[in-house]
Amino acid sequence: MSTVARKKSLIWDYLTTVDHKKIAILYLIAGGLFFLMGGVEALFIRIQLAVPNNDFVSAGLYNEILTMHGTTMIFLAAMPLLFALMNAVVPIQIGARDVAFPFLNALGFWLFFFGGLFLNCSWFLGGAPDAGWTSYASLSLESPGHGIDFYVLGLQISGLGTLIGGINFLVTIVNMRAPGMTYMRMPLFTWTTFVASALILFAFPPLTVGLIFMMMDRLFGGNFFDPALGGNTIIWEHLFWIFGHPEVYILVLPAFGIFSEIISTFSKKRLFGYSSMVFAVVLIGFLGFMVWAHHMFTVGMGPIANAIFAVATMAIAVPTGIKIFNWLFTLWGGNIRFTTPMLYAIGFIPSFVMGGVTGVMNATAAADYQYHDSYFVVAHFHYVIVGGVVLALLAGTHYWWPKMFGKMLSEKLGKVTFWLFFIGFHLTFFIQHFLGLMGMPRRVFTFLPGQGWETGNLISSIGAFFMAAGTIVLLVNIVITTFKGKKAEADAWGDGRTLEWAVSSPAPEYNFAQTPLVRGLDALWVEKMEGKKGLTPAEPLGDIHMPNPSFLPFVISLGLFISAFGFMYHKDYSWGLMVGIVGLLITFGAMFLRSVIDDHGYHIHKEEIMEAEKKGAKA
Amino acid sequence: MENHTNSGNPNVDLAYRRKKNAEDMKHQVISFALMIFLTLIAFFAVGYDKFSPWFSVPFIVLLAIVQVGFQLYYFMHMSHRGHELPALFLYSGVFVAFLTIWAFMTVIWW
Repeated sequence: MSTVARKKSLIWDYLTTVDHKKIAILYLIAGGLFFLMGGVEALFIRIQLAVPNNDFVSAGLYNEILTMHGTTMIFLAAMPLLFALMNAVVPIQIGARDVAFPFLNALGFWLFFFGGLFLNCSWFLGGAPDAGWTSYASLSLESPGHGIDFYVLGLQISGLGTLIGGINFLVTIVNMRAPGMTYMRMPLFTWTTFVASALILFAFPPLTVGLIFMMMDRLFGGNFFDPALGGNTIIWEHLFWIFGHPEVYILVLPAFGIFSEIISTFSKKRLFGYSSMVFAVVLIGFLGFMVWAHHMFTVGMGPIANAIFAVATMAIAVPTGIKIFNWLFTLWGGNIRFTTPMLYAIGFIPSFVMGGVTGVMNATAAADYQYHDSYFVVAHFHYVIVGGVVLALLAGTHYWWPKMFGKMLSEKLGKVTFWLFFIGFHLTFFIQHFLGLMGMPRRVFTFLPGQGWETGNLISSIGAFFMAAGTIVLLVNIVITTFKGKKAEADAWGDGRTLEWAVSSPAPEYNFAQTPLVRGLDALWVEKMEGKKGLTPAEPLGDIHMPNPSFLPFVISLGLFISAFGFMYHKDYSWGLMVGIVGLLITFGAMFLRSVIDDHGYHIHKEEIMEAEKKGAKA
Repeated sequence: MENHTNSGNPNVDLAYRRKKNAEDMKHQVISFALMIFLTLIAFFAVGYDKFSPWFSVPFIVLLAIVQVGFQLYYFMHMSHRGHELPALFLYSGVFVAFLTIWAFMTVIWW
């Protein structure tokens, strides 16, 4: 059964896969494509703003580009790319053979993919959403056409996928850890994935509720946000930010985890203050739920609310500071190797600190009345998201590329990418602090000459092209590596500390021939220090039970995709309602099939494993 | 982890498990009876017109909280060992939700 099942075309294999390593690659490709689209949108924004009174794009189109840039980068690029790394690494890091629910893992990916596809269909079907990525109700309810409907339904579908992915990782990390892998022996990337997944679990329901309200208002005659009909337009802002602030930590905590792994590996040292790092991650996650209203200081909540949320926000600087110092102390006295991932890590620390400092400035409620809706805020959140999350994604991609694809990315090109991107990033966003302080409001499609903003905007636009060039070098690097790259060892960097570096690159589909016994923090390093070649097994070699691939996750998600089109057009065309119902029937029909068909999976037999391991050892 | 490789003979501890199950069953029947009783009280509190809503509404909310406790601890086995983590997540969820609503009701005037 198993050998037959594996003889399939590549495309069908990936359409039906439930293997966490292949799903990681799917997330990487889809997230990467959306990242490129968001990047092109960013370039259009910077071209338009390069000179005053520019007419590269019209005002309306600019609003659409700006909205789609934010929405795409957060929901369709940053999160899926993090999910790619989580899927590729976390199960192996905890010594598991797969995630707890492989089928759900595939479903999560396809929901995200079809949600993102739906959102981007808006470009060809009458215009994209144009009310900003925050889509405040007072603005978005007035938006003509179907742009906002694409936003609402697309994010609803992809949000479902994210929620499923988050729950899957929670269950996996709680239940599937190898013997001896106690909570306080988990690598930091696993810990941050765990906390980020918990944040997903608690933060996405408010977004879901907000999107349902918005859907009712826009498509089904509701009035949750319409004051004229007794609604309240501020509720959207609260719901959005109750989700939106934890979302920032959902992104940045795994980024912290990636850098913790990289800094410790290339300093050849145990992470300094491991337990305080874990404590800080949990504390940041916890505090993240008590600060949402700092995005709304100027709404007029009153001085008491503003003061409380300001102080709560500033408190987050404490655990973040703990982490920064721990990274510095890990570097201190370490045997440092400046590989590409390490360059990103070194570049990340000062960049992120700058984003943090402007964060505390923004948190000062009285001062925020000056910063609000200016380019200062734009500079701040790009320092946090690009300086934190994107640098981490690029670092993690270089670091774990050999584990995902079995080949080393070129270090030379990797360093070129780093310098282009890093210089471009500071060039683009540093000057924006000052543009903001000089009064340039965010989200404007052009500006008049003679206000002292010309030079700043031009520098900023030049920086954007440096980042684009860095990204192109990365793509070239990927293509060259794919065709000519040298085969990676199991321990690709030579200094691997955690379990993923103990299995061959790329990992076999069963991950571990024998579940390992974890004997301490940095499990592989412990074995290396005792002079062992591999891990200590915790079980005899035996048949391994594997889940069967399934096409149903694709069908379930496709059904929702079709259904969303139907319900969106139900007021315009008579076929709308019918299509909406048919789509739901496809979804629920596929779910019904999943429930009634018994699928016991298959076994990889002991002999096949022994043969595969022998081949892997030679390579 | 899901395959308990050294689970051994299923007949082991049969007597012990029987006794334990009987005890659990007793708990469940008692809490079920209590829950029906609490529901009846709730109906009575709403139906009895001498109680003002200022008494009956908080009162039935209190009864509801007790019922949720029974449900979780006796019917969904949260009283058993190995449920610490679900409890942690449940209570953090309740805490976060409470904090949010509390903020709305005290410091945010709309």
